[in-house]
Amino acid sequence: MSIGHTLLGLLESGPRHGYDLKRAFDEHFGQDRPLHYGQVYSTMSRLLKNGLVEVDGVEAGAGPERKRYAITDAGVTDVAQWLARPEKPEPYLQSTLYTKVVLALMTGRDAAELLDGQRTEHLRLMRGLTERKRSGDLADQLICDHALFHLEADLRWLELTAARLDKLAAAVRG
Amino acid sequence: MTPEGSLLAAEGLRKAYGPTPALDGADFSIHPGEVVAVMGPSGSGKSTLLHCLAGIIRPDSGTVRYGPHTLTDLSDTHRSALRRTDFGFVFQFGQLVPELTCLENVALPLRLNATRRKAAEHRARDWLERLEVDDVAAKRPGEISGGQGQRVAVARALAPQPRVVFADEPTGALDSLNGERVLTLLTDAARDTSAAVVLVTHEARVAAYADREIVVRDGRVKDMAGRI
Amino acid sequence: MTLLRSRPGTDGERDTAPPALPAARRAPAVWARDLAMGMRFAAGGGREGWIRTALTAAGVALGVAVLLLGASAPTLMNAWHAREKARENLGQAHPPPPGDRTLLYASANTTFHGTAIRGRLVRPDGTRPPVPPGLDHLPGPGRMVVSPALKELLDSPGAGLLRERLGAYRIAGVIGDEGLQGPRELTYLAQSTTLGERDGYRIDHFGKNWEPRPLTAPATVLVIMTCVALLTPVMVFIGTSVRFGNERRERRLAALRLVGADVRTTRRIASGEALFGSLLGLLGGGLLFLAARQLAPAITLWDINVYSADVAPGPVTALLIAVLVPAAAVLVTLVAQRGVTVEPLGVVRHRPPVRRRLWWRLALPVLSALLLVPLVLRHRQPWDDTPVNTFRLAAGSTLLLFGITALLPWLVERVVGRLRGGPVPWQLAVRRLQLNSGPATRAVSGITVAVAGAIAIHMLMTGMQTGYAAAYAKSGQVPRISFWGHTDTWRSTERALAALRATPGVTAAHGTIDLNAGRMPAPGRDLSRDLPAVLTVGSCAELRHLARLPACKDGDVFVTDARPDRDTGITPGATLNLNPPLVYGEPAGRPRPWTVPPAARAARLLPSGDGHPRYYDLLLTPAALDPARYTAPDMQLDVDFDRGTPDAVEHIRNTAARIGPTMYESSSVDNPHDRQLDGVRTALFTGAVITLLLIGAGLIISTVEQLHERRRLLSVLDAHGTRRATLGWSVLWQTALPVALGLALAVTCGLTLGTLLLTIIGTGLAVDWAGIAGITAIGAAVILFVTALSLPPLWRMMRPDGLRTE
Repeated sequence: MSIGHTLLGLLESGPRHGYDLKRAFDEHFGQDRPLHYGQVYSTMSRLLKNGLVEVDGVEAGAGPERKRYAITDAGVTDVAQWLARPEKPEPYLQSTLYTKVVLALMTGRDAAELLDGQRTEHLRLMRGLTERKRSGDLADQLICDHALFHLEADLRWLELTAARLDKLAAAVRG
Repeated sequence: MTPEGSLLAAEGLRKAYGPTPALDGADFSIHPGEVVAVMGPSGSGKSTLLHCLAGIIRPDSGTVRYGPHTLTDLSDTHRSALRRTDFGFVFQFGQLVPELTCLENVALPLRLNATRRKAAEHRARDWLERLEVDDVAAKRPGEISGGQGQRVAVARALAPQPRVVFADEPTGALDSLNGERVLTLLTDAARDTSAAVVLVTHEARVAAYADREIVVRDGRVKDMAGRI
Repeated sequence: MTLLRSRPGTDGERDTAPPALPAARRAPAVWARDLAMGMRFAAGGGREGWIRTALTAAGVALGVAVLLLGASAPTLMNAWHAREKARENLGQAHPPPPGDRTLLYASANTTFHGTAIRGRLVRPDGTRPPVPPGLDHLPGPGRMVVSPALKELLDSPGAGLLRERLGAYRIAGVIGDEGLQGPRELTYLAQSTTLGERDGYRIDHFGKNWEPRPLTAPATVLVIMTCVALLTPVMVFIGTSVRFGNERRERRLAALRLVGADVRTTRRIASGEALFGSLLGLLGGGLLFLAARQLAPAITLWDINVYSADVAPGPVTALLIAVLVPAAAVLVTLVAQRGVTVEPLGVVRHRPPVRRRLWWRLALPVLSALLLVPLVLRHRQPWDDTPVNTFRLAAGSTLLLFGITALLPWLVERVVGRLRGGPVPWQLAVRRLQLNSGPATRAVSGITVAVAGAIAIHMLMTGMQTGYAAAYAKSGQVPRISFWGHTDTWRSTERALAALRATPGVTAAHGTIDLNAGRMPAPGRDLSRDLPAVLTVGSCAELRHLARLPACKDGDVFVTDARPDRDTGITPGATLNLNPPLVYGEPAGRPRPWTVPPAARAARLLPSGDGHPRYYDLLLTPAALDPARYTAPDMQLDVDFDRGTPDAVEHIRNTAARIGPTMYESSSVDNPHDRQLDGVRTALFTGAVITLLLIGAGLIISTVEQLHERRRLLSVLDAHGTRRATLGWSVLWQTALPVALGLALAVTCGLTLGTLLLTIIGTGLAVDWAGIAGITAIGAAVILFVTALSLPPLWRMMRPDGLRTE
């Protein structure tokens, strides 16, 4: 899971303070692993360095330094590319995919498109495995089947998510 | 999506049952020898698409072309004749005539094509052998297992050497092992005879036997090949 | 679901004593509860449930109606005979002396355009004569009372000649229903002023007639076979209807089993469902019977026509029918469930293709053969109408019919099992029948029993009548009408002949007076076995018509060669008794001796025109015997007519009525057997049509239901590009095969049974091939009918909707 892309995606809806970013991230994606402030600031400084975000303003005050970040055009493009790029099918992909879907929804992108792209990728891999299975020996078949069943489980999740996109969109935006 | 050189192509298919549209402008094409999986959630219009492509039902609008024929313009009689001679079908269940023996079931489409009984049954026996179920030739569908029945059905679909095989959830009622075997036999046989296969399924592992897949969602077709 | 008993657990109760099973104690309550539940399902089972209930009800209704009508036959015949007896007096052995309460009574029957009209003449001797039922008082002199049907006939435009014939009497009223046998009876009762003592006889009361003869054995067999032939298709229909929608019912019962009902409970619930339809059917059958008996006045069968009110079954029979028919329907349901156990998760059929065994199926026909064959073997002897023989005949025939039913399933299975190959539709139909020949066999049984019964009945009836009918037909070829009646003198006979010759259409009229004579009684001479000799009186011209005479003048007497081989004692110079006893054993009256003139010459009789021999022993010219010495002289008049003259027969009858209204007509111009047989044939034909339609209806039900069950398969076959015609033909074959098989068997069995029966009762064989062809044609029509009605649902089922899995 790419925290950078996630934070970038969160910034797409408008400039935010570092503190806000952490809160938003935790709210949507950090169910079991809330972000440390340190993670936020180190990620933001990397993004600043790559020109994907810029500092919109600084609020001076009694507390720690409060910078407000905004996404640059390069940042928007980067998020779009990230979202559109299917993940390499692998186990426990859901958290990444989930983040992508939610971000796509939050940023008004086509989440269904994203899911379809991912399922195509999954199926491509499955076709390959099936082909290997057809020509391979029993050991090959068993190994391929293991992978196939996992991929199939992912695909089911993708389908289920696709079927629930409307509900999810309402929850995310609401 | 390149309709050029395609064996069967559909454009802008619309079909509604009452007020609910089952197909809402669906496009499709398949090349000779190609296996295409038609996926999608239940109720998305997969089966309706298959029925339209096979000329079983006529869409409300849109065209289906098969070789030189425009299926959607043909009369019911012509479409029936085409289905007899050029298409083969495998369904999920309940497709074998319970009174006929398995051999007679496989010979049935051949005989509907006016093949003589002896010749038809001879060819039927070959196909039963090929699908590894020649031992049930003399049994009736009620006396064999689901996997065997589905193999008999595949044999029946392939026996007349169709140019397109339509398979609607062919493994839906089978366990994994039987399902895999039936799919392997079906796709192998189809490739050997360079028949195109339209494989309707909601299972990814089944779709993985196809060369490519399309997804039907809300009556529209997404061709996933275009995305790569 | 409190109505369902749960099965006692098997594990948990091992340690504790099982609770006393309350089921046995509460058995009636349990039954009532489950039956009531079944009835509620039948009433609330949606459209399909109602269709099944309606079909069961229709079958039961038909069965009840048929049985009630059948059970009415004895009462009906009793009523019919009682009505005849009440208004009749065929003569008293000791005629009463004339008095205030007596009347002279005579028959004056006539026929008009082939229809018999019963006529009675009365002439009261005093002021208080007996009055037959249906009348308040006798009609006055020169007046008559008529039945409503006769009044209608007399008023009709074509009845001018009949009006003229009965013109001597004015209509004074209409006979009430109680004085008539049936509403369509044609009868009149007239007071004649001219009725002579010799024209009729004296009576002092009405209500005297012969008791009707008990039914002869063949007639009993006829009645029983008719009932069997009519009821079998009804039972088949009920059998089909209670099976309708079985699949859904079994699913429902399975659901009940899942929540804890046991097998017996489900059986009881199923019985309850059938019972509901049966009770509805009982009601419907009653109504149907009441409606059908309203039709009775319009139906004349075998010359019998009755009032609706006379069509009523005996109370005990009616009660039996009301109990047994619904019970039978429930029984059929239970039999249909036999071999099927409804398990909680579905239905288990324990009857993988049962091998039908032959031996017990042969028992019934063999038993029947044991009863019938001895009767056949001794057929050279005349039929002996004893109760034992009657029972054997009836039981044998019925057993044979039922035996066929038992034999059929085996036979159908064998025949169908042997069929191989053929085109696709044929193959589909044959394989279908091979796998499940149940409905087909039921249809075949129904057809076979009904049609075989009808053919046998028809053969029996025609066979019984064939002798009479043929003789009648032969006589009827000669255009001749004969009359005989009382006369006094040769002069009056000549006047009658003259009147007849003057009638339009008459080509010739001949007549003589016939007298009887016997040997004179003498000591030691036993006359009891004598046949009276016939003396005939006529002019030389009339006698020449009967015999070759050497020469003839008035006063001559001729002895004929009528009985050359017998010593009749009729020789010239012999003394004869002109008042001989006419019936064996009747006390002889006072002898009236007369001597045959010694000059009597021999004459040879000529054969009669219609081939019958003549039995005139003595021919007398009128002057040879003083009319005063005649005892009971009858004139015999033969009238030849020209068939080309319109209504020649009716004109002749009018003339005869003028000569003497009580003259009896004997002619073969109107053959009653034709009409009777036509009526029976029509009735049997109608019955066969109804039967076949009923079976057709059953076939449609099972065919459509079967199509319904395989909707998905039909859609799949359509997807494969199967032609509609292919499946249409397969439905046709599927119907045609059992019906054709049934008809073939029916014709064979019917002919066999008919031949057997006719051989037993010793009459000639007559096969009505036209009738058989007709029945076969109806069978073919039923096949087409069933197929035609099954096609629309077939087309509908072939739509791709069936492919959708939802």
